[in-house]
Amino acid sequence: MMKTTTNVQLAVIGAGPAGLAAAIAARKNRIEDIVILEREAEPGGILKQCIHTGFGLHLFGEELTGPEYAQRFIDECAALNIQVLTGTMVLSLSKDKTITAVNSKNGVFTIRPESVILATGCRERPRGALMIPGDRPAGIFTAGTAQKYVNIDGMLPGKEIVILGSGDIGLIMARRLTLEGAHVKAVLELKEYSAGLQRNIVQCLEDFDIPLKLSHTVVKIHGKKRLSGVTAAQVDANYHPVPGTEVFIPCDTLLLSVGLIPENELARGACIDLNADINAPIVDERLESSIPGVFACGNALQVHDLADNVTLESQRAGKNAAEYIKGSASVPGPGIRVEAGNGLRYVLPYIVHSAKEDVTFSFRTDNVYSKAVLTAYSGGKTVLEKKKAKITPGEMEHVTVKKELLLKLSGDLRFSLQGEEI
Amino acid sequence: MKKKITCVSCPSGCELTVTLEGGKLKSVSGNTCKKGIEYAKSEMEDPRRMLTTTVKVANGTQPLLPVRTRSPIPKALLKKCMDTINGLVLEAPVELGDTVLPDVLQTGVDIIAARPVQHI
Amino acid sequence: MFDVIIIGGGVTGCLIARELSRYEVKICLIEKESDVAMGASGANSGIVHAGYDPKPGSLKAKFNIAGHALFEQLTRELDVPFEKKGSLVLAFDEYEEQKLIGLLENGRVNGVSRLSLLSKDEVLAMEPLVSDAVIRALYAPTAAITCPYSLTIAAAENAAANGAVLRLNREVCGITRQNGVFMIQTQSETVASRFIVNAAGIYAGVISELAGAESCAIKPRKGEYLLFDNTVLKPESILFQAPGKLGKGVLVTETAHGNLLLGPSAKDTEDREDTAVTSEGLSHISALGMRSFPHIRLKDAITQFAGIRAVSGTHDFIIEPSEKQKGFIHVAGISSPGLTAAPAIARHVLNLLSGEGLALEEKKSFDPVRKSIPAFARLPVSERNALVKKNPLYGKIICRCESVSEAEIIESIRRPAGATTLDGVKRRVRPGMGRCQGGFCSSAVLEILAKELGRPLQDITKNGGGSYILTGKTK
Repeated sequence: MMKTTTNVQLAVIGAGPAGLAAAIAARKNRIEDIVILEREAEPGGILKQCIHTGFGLHLFGEELTGPEYAQRFIDECAALNIQVLTGTMVLSLSKDKTITAVNSKNGVFTIRPESVILATGCRERPRGALMIPGDRPAGIFTAGTAQKYVNIDGMLPGKEIVILGSGDIGLIMARRLTLEGAHVKAVLELKEYSAGLQRNIVQCLEDFDIPLKLSHTVVKIHGKKRLSGVTAAQVDANYHPVPGTEVFIPCDTLLLSVGLIPENELARGACIDLNADINAPIVDERLESSIPGVFACGNALQVHDLADNVTLESQRAGKNAAEYIKGSASVPGPGIRVEAGNGLRYVLPYIVHSAKEDVTFSFRTDNVYSKAVLTAYSGGKTVLEKKKAKITPGEMEHVTVKKELLLKLSGDLRFSLQGEEI
Repeated sequence: MKKKITCVSCPSGCELTVTLEGGKLKSVSGNTCKKGIEYAKSEMEDPRRMLTTTVKVANGTQPLLPVRTRSPIPKALLKKCMDTINGLVLEAPVELGDTVLPDVLQTGVDIIAARPVQHI
Repeated sequence: MFDVIIIGGGVTGCLIARELSRYEVKICLIEKESDVAMGASGANSGIVHAGYDPKPGSLKAKFNIAGHALFEQLTRELDVPFEKKGSLVLAFDEYEEQKLIGLLENGRVNGVSRLSLLSKDEVLAMEPLVSDAVIRALYAPTAAITCPYSLTIAAAENAAANGAVLRLNREVCGITRQNGVFMIQTQSETVASRFIVNAAGIYAGVISELAGAESCAIKPRKGEYLLFDNTVLKPESILFQAPGKLGKGVLVTETAHGNLLLGPSAKDTEDREDTAVTSEGLSHISALGMRSFPHIRLKDAITQFAGIRAVSGTHDFIIEPSEKQKGFIHVAGISSPGLTAAPAIARHVLNLLSGEGLALEEKKSFDPVRKSIPAFARLPVSERNALVKKNPLYGKIICRCESVSEAEIIESIRRPAGATTLDGVKRRVRPGMGRCQGGFCSSAVLEILAKELGRPLQDITKNGGGSYILTGKTK
C-alpha cells in the first residue's frame, strides 16, 4: 500500500526490458529501495507482443522470442524482490524529481526518489503526421498496434494488406499476417533501401513472395468507412511522387511502419534538455540527463534495433544511478561537447564529463554508404578514424574512444561520416 | 543452375552466387567466410525456419500463448505447421518452456511455450 | 406516434430537440449515422462568431447575433467549453483593408458591440506572433471558441435525459402522409409524427423532396482543416483573414482543447460524402495560414480532416414552415455562422412549430443542466483521489497522451446518447485525440466498448456503417 508520498532511493519509469535491466543493475550495485512504475497490467513492455525470435543472440547466445527474453528479467526482478507497481501511470515528473502517479488501488500518489531512470520506450509515427490525402476510414493501423491486435488479442486487422515502410516492424508483420491467413500484397518503402535487417527481407518477404517496392509511397487513401485501397506511386530522388507512376492497389488494410519516436512527455514536463531531432534526452557518458540524478535508457533515449543492446545500455544506467545515489559519482564539470556532423543523424552521448573510462559512442547514419569512414575531430585535428564497408541507418553503430585519448582532447569532439552514397 | 542469394549469417550481407546440380549445392562464390558456404548449403538443400505464433489458452489470465518451434523446421512445412497449431486449445496453467506439441509433423522439433500463463 | 420528428443529429437538430424537451411534447430525433455530430457539426472551426460577417437583414445576421447572446448560458448549462478569445480579421494590403472597413460597418448595422479597427502596432502589441506583414485588423472582443461536437453531444444527451428519443443508424428513405400524419420510413421501421423538422444538413434537399415540400437546393462545399500538436506556438486570439482578391482566407486559432487549428478551404463538391482531404486543399490552407501566422510547421501536424458545408442557393438560412406540406419545417442551409446561430434557431423553430399548431405545455421535470464527464486529467489532486476512492477505474489510465481513465470511457458509453463506436468515445472523452492518435489505447477502448455493449470485438466500428476495425479472430 503506497502512502500518499513515499521516499525511495530509485524510481524506474517503465518495466520493459530497459527498466527491468536498469533496476536489476541498481540492485546488484547495492541499492535496496527501488520501485518500478509500469502503466500496463504486466511487465515486459513491448516485448510481450514481439513473439518472433532474434532476441538474446548476443547476451545469452540463444535465439529467444520477445516474451522469453523479457521473462528472464521479470524473473530476476522477482528473485531480487524489486517492487514493480503495474497498472500505474506516471502523470508527471517535476524538476526536483518528484513523481506523480496514479493507479486504481492508491489513487494519485507521489514518490520522492533520490534518482530516476526514464525507461519510457517509444511510440509509432501515426497517419496524421504523414498527411496522406484521402478520408479517414477504418483499416489504417500502425504496425505495432496491429501487432498487438494479432498477438495479444488474437484478432486480424484485415484480409488484404498493404504495408508502408520496410523497417523491421513492417517486415515482421508482413510475415505474421501471412501466416495467420491474410494476403499481404506489397511492402512499399519511400527510400531506395530498406531499413530492415536483410534477414527479415529474406524470411518475411522473399519466403512468402511478398513484393518489396523501394522508392515508393502511398499518395492517396481510398474508402470512407473502411479502406478500399491505396494509390501507390514511385518517388524521385527528393522523395516527391513521380506523376504518371500512380497505381491503385485494392486492399482493406494499410499498415504504417514509418518511424518510432522516443516517448519523452515526462522529460519535457520536467524541462529536461532534449535533442529536438530525435525527441530524446541529452545525456552524458553516464546516461545522466540535464537534471542530476535523472538517467535515461532504452528506446526512450534512442531507438534500438536489438533488445540485447537495450539491456546493456540500461545496465549502465542502473549502475550509474546507483553510484549517484551512493554519492560516489564524480561531480560533472563542463565536459566535452560531442557533435554529430556530416552523414550522421545523431551521436550519443552528447557530452563527456569524465574520462575515467573508455566511452562507447552510439550513432546512426543518415543514409546508406559504402566505403564509409567515420572520423572524429577535436581542436582541428583528426583524433580517430574507423572504416566500414557498408553502413546503413537501419543499424545502430558503435565506436569506442579510449580514455587516454579523451584525456588528451583539447576541445569539443566532432564526428562525421564520409562514404559513397548507394 | 545458378542462383543469387544474400547471406544473412551476419550484417555483411554478402551476395552469394550458388551453383546447384541435381538439387545439391555444387559451388559457392561471393562469400567472405565459411558461414556463407554453410548458409548457402542449408538454404539450397534444406531451408529451415523458426516458426513463432500463438495458441489459444482456456481458463488462463491471457487468451493467447506465444509459442515457437524449439529449433528451425523445414520451410516447406510452415503453413501446415500453422494449421496444426491453430487447432490446439491449451489448458492453463502453462510454464515457460512447456512442450505444447511434441515432434510437430514428425520433424523431431517440439513446439514450446514462450511465456508462463497463470490459471485465471 | 410522435409529436415532432427531427431529421438530422447535427448541432441544430440536437439543440431543437433540447428546446422541445422543455415541453410535454413527444420528440424523436432521427439520424442516419451511428452518432450525432457526424456531419458538418463535427468538422468545423468551432467559432462563436461576433456577427460582423453576415449580410445585414439576412437570417444569418439575425440568428448570429441572437445565438451569440445565448452561448454563455448554454455552454454553462451543458458544461461544454466556451472561451471569449476575441478575434482579429487581418488585412495585408489595401484591398483587404477596405474590406475591413466594410466589415466594421456591417457589424455596426448588425448590432455587434465593441468592434474596432486596430493599427499594425496595436495588432502586434496584442499578438506578437502574427506576421508583421499585417497592416490593419478588425478587432472583435466578443468572438469565442467552443467545441462544436461536444456541444452537439451534450445537447443530445440533455434532450435524451429530458425524454427525447434518439434513433441513430436510421436513414430516412420515404415520407408519406396518412390521415394528415407524416409517416417516415427508415430502413428499420416507419415512425409516425404530426410535425417534421428538416435539419438534415447536406441532405436537407433530399428530405424536402421525399416529403413533397418545397425544393431546397443545397450545394455541398468541402472545407479542409489541419490540426496541430498542442505544444506548438498559438495565437491568443482567433485570427481571420480579410477576404482577399483571391477569395476568402483561412483562420488560425487555438481550439477548445489546446490544439492549433488551421483552415478551412472552400471547394464545391458533387459528392455529399466526400470528406477526403486533398494535397491541393492542404497546401492551400497551409500557405494561406502562414500568411497570418508564420510559425506554422507542417511537421507538427497531428491530423487532417474535412467537413462539408450545406450551402443554400440563396446563401442564407432557410428557416420557415412549408406551405406545400403543413407541419413540415425547413431548417436548411445552415452553413457559417450556423454553429453560432444554432441556439437561436432552435428557439425560433419552436415558435414556428407553435404557430403551426403544436401545443407547448411546460415540462415541470425539465432540467437544463447537464454535467460533463469529469475529466481526470483536469481535476485537482484532492478531487482526483476522491473520485478514485469512489470508483477505482478512475485510477486506471487508458489513454496516456490525454490521461483518460477507464471510468470516463465507460461513462461515455453508458450516458444517454452515449458512444457506441471508437470515434464516439474519442469525441466524448478524448482517447485517440493526442500525440499517438490512438496507437496505444485503441485496443483497450475497443475492449471496453465490446464489454459494455455486449458485442464481440470485431463488431465494434470506428464510426458506424461499414467501418469495422477487426475482421475476426485469428484462430
